Amino acid sequence: MAAQNLQSVPAEPQAEAAQEQARQHQADGQAYFDRVMAEDSRIEPRDWMPPAYRKTLLRQISQHAHSEIIGMQPEANWISRAPSLKRKAILMAKVQDEAGHGLYLYSAAETLGQSRDQMMADLIAGKARYSSIFNYPARTWADMGAIGWLVDGAAICNQVPLCRASYGPYGRAMVRVCKEESFHQRQGFEILLELANGTPEQKQMAQDAVDRWYAPALMMFGPPDDDSPNSKQSMAWNIKRFSNDELRSRFVGMMVEQVRVLGLTLPDDQVRFNEDTKKWEHGPLDWNEFQEVLAGRGPCNAQRLERRREAHDDGAWVREAAAAYAAKQQAKETKEFAA
Amino acid sequence: MTPPHGNPDAPVSAAREVAEEAAKVPAGTPSPEAAAKEAGVRNGWGLWEVFVRSSRGLSHVHAGSLHAPDAAMALRNARDLYTRRNEGVSIWVVPADAIAASDPDAKGSFFESPQGKDYRHATYYTKSEGVKHL
Repeated sequence: MAAQNLQSVPAEPQAEAAQEQARQHQADGQAYFDRVMAEDSRIEPRDWMPPAYRKTLLRQISQHAHSEIIGMQPEANWISRAPSLKRKAILMAKVQDEAGHGLYLYSAAETLGQSRDQMMADLIAGKARYSSIFNYPARTWADMGAIGWLVDGAAICNQVPLCRASYGPYGRAMVRVCKEESFHQRQGFEILLELANGTPEQKQMAQDAVDRWYAPALMMFGPPDDDSPNSKQSMAWNIKRFSNDELRSRFVGMMVEQVRVLGLTLPDDQVRFNEDTKKWEHGPLDWNEFQEVLAGRGPCNAQRLERRREAHDDGAWVREAAAAYAAKQQAKETKEFAA
Repeated sequence: MTPPHGNPDAPVSAAREVAEEAAKVPAGTPSPEAAAKEAGVRNGWGLWEVFVRSSRGLSHVHAGSLHAPDAAMALRNARDLYTRRNEGVSIWVVPADAIAASDPDAKGSFFESPQGKDYRHATYYTKSEGVKHL
């Protein structure tokens, strides 16, 4: 609005000076930003940054936060049916970690200028995205193993390089997340290992879970490089350090080793190490399915959002009561102070 | 309030900085209706910065931030969020808008005094190399 006015009426000398100052600020900021990128240093919240950089980060970090929050659901679903008290306690600790990871990430996103309440509102309104993986159902106890081993394993592969992301608050949040995530993968592996060494039915259950989670886990790295338009810019900005296909290939290599220890197999007979490229290769993935799930048409999308909405609404009275109590206490203190 | 440096436009608190930064972004600038909607969903829980002492003898270090309606809840939330694995023996929580911060744009001038003063470091003095216990 203000800018339009400036164009239609002769600019005031003061306004011109202000514009000039703003231009200078922008030019200085860009130069500083470019230097930080060239030195592979870090950008902090109060530094100047290009609007597109801010927007990209805000989108990525908030989606990441939403994924952690929605990711609580497939596992929370099994807490009451975990086969022993110890397993329940472990699963609760893990779900609590996911909530914590969501909060670290919302904090990081907030430093970019959007409130957490707004991000939450977007998630609940179905306007925000989160990782497609959490829209698949967790059918059996073995799924707790497969999720920990494959899904958290893929997440770690993705997240370790993000610890060096150029945006300081994001990198710091990821360091914390990665430290905690390794417990998740190991506990998943142990669940599968025990089932794989149990009765034939238990082993079958473990294999079935691995079969169902393998492809969705590989798709967590995102579309193939040729089909991932934003990747290049993210790499130029030192947010992303390795391409989707590169990370996926590394992950497959790790899983090939680990699945042997489990005594299970990967549902992919095209996995091989390419001696020429020195990279692991895998069979084709169903990217139509990926797009469908991402677009909200996966097996559990509606259920996940509905559950989040309910939880948010059910917690409203707690938030209101806590705020009312705090306001009351503060009023009391002010009164005492005045008296 | 006088800012601790030469730039009168610079925000003096971390919390205000977030709000001001948001207003500066053309791409993310909310429309008036979006802003009104945002105000509507706000639950009035302020932002707190959390500092954790990992063990006795060490100083409190910034761990992150969180939202809470008051100090007591902020402490409890901080315990649950930042010390789930015995990371701390003591926690401080500080309202984010109570923190005064130096201006990032003034990095150069604000921190220039020690520049070129190598003689403040032990490594500047090399003639004593090889002398024991020095």
